[in-house]
Amino acid sequence: MFIIKNRNIFFTLTGLVIFVSLASLLFFGLPLGTDFTGGILVEVRYDAVRPDASLVMSSLDTRITEYSLRDIGGNGYMLRAGNLTPESRAALQNVFSLDGAYGATIVKLTEVGPTIGAELRNKAIVALALVLCAILLFIAFAFRKVSEPVSSWMYGFIALIALLHDVIVPVGLYAAFAHFFGAQVDTLFVTAVLTILGFSVHDTIVVFDRIRENLRRNREGGKREDFEMTAGKSIGQTFVRSINTTVTVLVALITLFFFGPESTQNFSLTLIVGVVAGTYSSIALATPLLVVWEKYRARRS
Amino acid sequence: MLITRIVAAVILLVGFSIGWWVYSSEVGGTRQFRLGLDLSGGTQLTYRADLSSIQESEVADSMAALRDTIERRVNLFGVAEPIVQTEKSGVFAETREERLIVELPGVTETEEAIRLLGETPVLEFRMMKENAERGVEITPETIPLLFESAAITGRHLKSSQLQFDQGTAAIGEPVVVLNFNGEGKRVFAELTRENVGRIFGIFLDGVPISTPVIREAIPDGTAVISGSFTPESARELARNLNFGALPVPIQLIGTQTVSGTLGAEAVSRGLEAGSIGIIAVAIFMVVWYRLPGVLATFALLLYVIAILALFKLIPVTLTAAGIAAFILSIGMAVDANVLIFERMKEELESGKEATDAIHNGFARAWASIRDSNISSIITAVILFWFGTSLVKGFALVFGLGVIVSMLTAISVSRTLLFALGIGGGNRVARFLLGCGFRI
Repeated sequence: MFIIKNRNIFFTLTGLVIFVSLASLLFFGLPLGTDFTGGILVEVRYDAVRPDASLVMSSLDTRITEYSLRDIGGNGYMLRAGNLTPESRAALQNVFSLDGAYGATIVKLTEVGPTIGAELRNKAIVALALVLCAILLFIAFAFRKVSEPVSSWMYGFIALIALLHDVIVPVGLYAAFAHFFGAQVDTLFVTAVLTILGFSVHDTIVVFDRIRENLRRNREGGKREDFEMTAGKSIGQTFVRSINTTVTVLVALITLFFFGPESTQNFSLTLIVGVVAGTYSSIALATPLLVVWEKYRARRS
Repeated sequence: MLITRIVAAVILLVGFSIGWWVYSSEVGGTRQFRLGLDLSGGTQLTYRADLSSIQESEVADSMAALRDTIERRVNLFGVAEPIVQTEKSGVFAETREERLIVELPGVTETEEAIRLLGETPVLEFRMMKENAERGVEITPETIPLLFESAAITGRHLKSSQLQFDQGTAAIGEPVVVLNFNGEGKRVFAELTRENVGRIFGIFLDGVPISTPVIREAIPDGTAVISGSFTPESARELARNLNFGALPVPIQLIGTQTVSGTLGAEAVSRGLEAGSIGIIAVAIFMVVWYRLPGVLATFALLLYVIAILALFKLIPVTLTAAGIAAFILSIGMAVDANVLIFERMKEELESGKEATDAIHNGFARAWASIRDSNISSIITAVILFWFGTSLVKGFALVFGLGVIVSMLTAISVSRTLLFALGIGGGNRVARFLLGCGFRI
């Protein structure tokens, strides 16, 4: 009940968070990674001592004009550049070892042609749109039997607004993260965003499902209750479950972040933010919005 | 009651023997997990096939021939378990492309891999256009102007051999004879019959190697390449062609190499994260939900065993993203249990008997469990479709995880709970089924 009663405070808070996320997104922008733009990504590790970055860069300058070299800690560097000529690519080993002066191993090399990148970019956008549409349709379908006092399409629409929140927050944060730590948007990031969509709608569905059940009970029992009351009660009944599920998922994600493979660290971070945002929005955004809509509708009729 | 207990015992027994199988087949090496290139180390090369010299109806067959040739080539160099597959660029590509993807486990020298495949000869046939200008030098730029595609392609080649042409000089000039296969013989006979007097071009690696004028129909399915061969170069060409020639040129458009050490590191870190994740989730469940939490932990363990066994049986190619999906699914697997237990607790609080509370808890939570999991399955399906191999690995594990965990969470914990036979309303039962903290 607390949340429904103080919904305006939560709306303000949510608005603020969304504003900050959007600002970060607009201000920093999302740097598209090699997966989408095409280009080459090389991770090199040195056996014993690592040469100074300036040495490696002057060696790179002889071969490649535009590139970025990033310190990835330990004894490695990460090179990012456009598509290379076969000769330049073949010379990379020598370039990194400074003609054999240092023992260097290219541990990871990914090169993506420009056509593949463009295709993937289009596919990602379509996949995002598809997931959103499919979830909207599914929710409207799942709630088709509850049309009083709020139509089932409205459940779907509000769930969608909550979903937008769940995506905007991690994307905005990732933009800032990418700006300060040099991460980029890759296919795994898109995967993370799509997974957040699928997962965070769970919570919203569970709360809505409870509202649905309580409405039915009231109707069957001939009990008249304010929609606001029903909604508040439903949140209270599903609250512990929402938190507990989030906790177990977070526990899994946090272990993945700290102990899991390096290549999935940004991925787990994005998911952690998204999962928290998802739980928050189903409790403090979706249901209060439903109440607001119902009140607006009641006033109008 | 007795039956429920027997069923519970059977579930546990079967579960843990599958677990034993998962373990022993891994250690014994009889059926190990299939690891993707990013975990096992290796190289993936993506090529674009240039189909400009091929007629539309020949595209599918040429791609198949391309795959077979490259596969033979890769096997020749003794790469273990290579994967060679063709792929069409999707609907969302800016241009339509036919691609060839070659996965070479264990090959971590990118240049070596590229060289290995780059030596495969490309054999193309083209007809000179009837209105082509005479006397223009044939260069890569003028080829499209001068020549058009021919009905016969490199995939029709059956074999080739070195011969010495006795016709022209005292010492025979070395030539390479191409023998077409059955279909090729027919196609070539028709082509030569209909185009007497035109120039026929034989191209090797994009270079016109022989451009004879067709004098008469050739029904026996052979063509002769005569150029400035030495006996050695002709022998080498014949041998190379016998290993297989590519019907169309291919161009490298993507490479991915992961070293074995980096892959092994990812595997061990993934294992560690998985184990810690299971333990941490189990501790949380037991502390919060007490007895049901213990049962949920059993359900979780059985889920892990079932999904690992499925990975081996299907088999699923595991990638780092797949491991991430698996660990994520550990956290999500208990969701169904959490829903059920919360529901049970409510029923208990409303004064129901323990057995009824358990029954109602399962029955009432089902709608929520079903609806919330469907949305995850939708996402998994779309992700699988969206996927590059990386994302496909994630989507497959994620989707499987959602389905399998839903089944284990419901059936296993339900059976175990009933098998324990907590009945009546005594305080011990209420304590065990209750939740540790009041909010």
